[in-house]
Amino acid sequence: MSVDLSQFIPSFLEESFEGLELMESSLLNLEQGDDETINSIFRAAHSIKGGAGTFGFEKVTEFTHLVETLLDEMRDGRREIQQNDVELLLQSVDCMRLLIEGIRDEVECEDIKIDETSNLLAITLSNNSDASSIVEDNHGDQTSIENENENENEKSKWHIEFIPEHHLVQTGNDPLLLFSALTEFGELEVVANTKDLPSLTDIHSEELYLTWQLTLISSSVTEEDIREVFEWVEDECLLNIKQEKISENLPDQIVDNQNVSPSIQTKDNGNKSLECDLEVDVHSNNTSPVKTASQQNNDKPTVKAKPDVGSIRVGVDKVDSLINLVGELVITQSMLSELGNNFDLSKTERLTSGLEQLLQNTKELQESVMRIRMLPISFAFNRFPRLIHDMSLRTGKEIELILKGEQTELDKTVMEQIGDPLIHLVRNAADHGIESADIRVANGKPEKGTIILDAYHQGGNIVIEIIDDGGGIDRQAVFNKALEKGIIDENTTLSDSQIFDLIFEPGFSTAVEVSDISGRGVGMDVVKKNIQSLGGRIQVESQPNKGSTFKVYLPLTLAILDGQLVKVGTETYIIPLITIVESLQAKPELINRVSGDMILYRLREDNVPVIPICNLFNIEAECHEVENALLVVVEADGQKVGLMVDDLLAQQQVVIKSLKDNYQQVDGISGATILGDGSVAMILDVVGMIDMAMNNTDQIQLRRINKNNILEGVTL
Amino acid sequence: MNIQELASEIPVEGEYSLEGIDFITNGEQYLTFLLAHEQYAVDILCVEEIRSWEKATKIPNSPEHVKGVINMRGVIVPIIDLRIKFTIGDSNYCDTTVVIVLSLEDEVDSKIIGFVVDAVSDVLNAESNEIKPAPSFGGCVPQNYIEGLVNVGDNVVTILNVAALQQIEPHKPE
Repeated sequence: MSVDLSQFIPSFLEESFEGLELMESSLLNLEQGDDETINSIFRAAHSIKGGAGTFGFEKVTEFTHLVETLLDEMRDGRREIQQNDVELLLQSVDCMRLLIEGIRDEVECEDIKIDETSNLLAITLSNNSDASSIVEDNHGDQTSIENENENENEKSKWHIEFIPEHHLVQTGNDPLLLFSALTEFGELEVVANTKDLPSLTDIHSEELYLTWQLTLISSSVTEEDIREVFEWVEDECLLNIKQEKISENLPDQIVDNQNVSPSIQTKDNGNKSLECDLEVDVHSNNTSPVKTASQQNNDKPTVKAKPDVGSIRVGVDKVDSLINLVGELVITQSMLSELGNNFDLSKTERLTSGLEQLLQNTKELQESVMRIRMLPISFAFNRFPRLIHDMSLRTGKEIELILKGEQTELDKTVMEQIGDPLIHLVRNAADHGIESADIRVANGKPEKGTIILDAYHQGGNIVIEIIDDGGGIDRQAVFNKALEKGIIDENTTLSDSQIFDLIFEPGFSTAVEVSDISGRGVGMDVVKKNIQSLGGRIQVESQPNKGSTFKVYLPLTLAILDGQLVKVGTETYIIPLITIVESLQAKPELINRVSGDMILYRLREDNVPVIPICNLFNIEAECHEVENALLVVVEADGQKVGLMVDDLLAQQQVVIKSLKDNYQQVDGISGATILGDGSVAMILDVVGMIDMAMNNTDQIQLRRINKNNILEGVTL
Repeated sequence: MNIQELASEIPVEGEYSLEGIDFITNGEQYLTFLLAHEQYAVDILCVEEIRSWEKATKIPNSPEHVKGVINMRGVIVPIIDLRIKFTIGDSNYCDTTVVIVLSLEDEVDSKIIGFVVDAVSDVLNAESNEIKPAPSFGGCVPQNYIEGLVNVGDNVVTILNVAALQQIEPHKPE
């Protein structure tokens, strides 16, 4: 029976990506002597390697093997956990990700970075074995570190006496495997001592009566290495290890290790470290992975984009509650249909209560289906420790990242799309926000900068805060820059929040120097646009020398929205509740007409422009006069406008349907929905409507200018 | 009983034209419909369903021929009045006014759009060699919408190109 392995590849990929994420986050938290963490990193790497091996993804196996070897050395305490090793491992995680993404996209992953990293790994590994031999032997050659081949004249001879107890083989240990493990260090001579062998009649078939004299000639092996081979049997044997130095000129010992194939080795899990050393030797001696990889480097570096359907892992409890709800729904349904079979007026009360139950069921069902799409925001936050880690390396600033509210749940689609804007904001905070250490100290702040990422629910929104304790936004610099760019003119007086909003203008950067991280002035406008396209908004607060806070408000889900239904003429429109400031009946005395035809409504101290929806959308409406009309004051982009409607209807949750699917994007409309009676209603896009209204005024002005010109032409 | 004798009685394709099963054919099939008194046709495989006319929800600032959108089992489907789009006949809505919902899939996506016509009439079989190119002058229907003409008895049926019909014209700024 053959099993089609390829069906398991998607879950392998998914698990591998999870493993990589775990490796990354653990690496960042790795401290000296933290066995649990390094074990978990090792396990993640090991299962990736195992999976890749099963599916025959040799590149991944090969590469991961190197990583695993390094980790193993750390795990066993043979290698100090050093910062640059951790860096290398982080880099390796990146490479593994690249490789696995290559598998997912079914492209040959040819990245120079992978070759470089695997090269580095190999060098680091051989470094260590040499380094330790230097420590042990005290006469290692410094130049030998680079290449073990040059190390041959430093061979040493080891005499090992191995006297196992009789029951050794009963515990599942095979001396042959131990010896073959030793052959990986160098040349091994095995002499079996049969003097203890009892007569044939006395032999117990499951006991071991032999002892061995072993001679190992090796350049790099240490006593520790050898002892490690015997680690599993050391309680069950006598082991004597002696070292004797030999020079290169001595004739090679004749060793018959041909019949011991290294493949036995790799199956022996107990001797993983040996297996690893073997691999390193192979690499540094003949076929370096760099070479093999670069040989294939000549074709198709193209990246194939594949539509990614994606999958969600859902907790069993969520599915269970869903099943419960469906059960209840079925019960309600059967009750109602039974009621309907022979209905008379006496049963009206039961019908009403049944319908109420149905309503309740539907609501709960909707909520729990929505909850399935919700993921904790830690999925988006997880990449930031690494980002900050890299940033602080590159910028030389010490930055501490504090994550809060990681369990706050957010719709999967929103999460995916908010990732990039958040990265941008965090980068900005680290690059522009946090000052360099000397400035910080001079300003009486701790040397280490702090960035806090916080997420929490607020009403129907999720709020993500990016707080830094840096220098804050330079109000004057922003103002000057805006002047220079011609966004504002000199006489404009702006409130702080208006000034801070200027940084979201396209092409705006106050960074004195352009770094490779940020400061090119592309970005903040894109960040804002992305957030807006998700139906969210962004707010900036900043205090000089205290730091800045960016608040990103996002809807919990993209699929459902709380809306206010309004009527204009015969049409029903939906205004997203989140944008509504208030609804009011216009009082005639508060209406002002300014600059020709613009209607302003005095709302307390604000003057709010009024947009009659009927004019904007060219539809018939009952009420054309703004006097006594109903105004829905909405706010978007910090701009308040009053939308003139005929009537306010119910407030309800609506399911957003795209107009783009079968039609096209329509100005001023963000989508459509289906109302209770089956009819379609448009959902208003407040930002789009404000833009439309502005464009309209521009055109009216243009037309007026043209008209004037023509008139002048006539009179002349 | 001789098996070979029996076998020879099995009708061979093309030998008998049995009445009522003339829809088994090699050629393409088209759904014909009326715009005013002219006959038009579209590839029947693109037809999702035929609905009676119902009032649609208007799309703001849309061209006149876009009547709006309707809810078709949870899908928002735009409705386009072909009579206005091609300026054929009067665009009045009565009991026989129907909406032909066409869906067309290409590699990228699929669009479902409803088209208002005066009436659906028939299913037409046409071999590809029966479809003649349309003369390149005159008429209200732009050339790119026409795939070809087919003679049916004394009448001429215009076959419309569904892909062209599915192209949505962007709204013109006011």
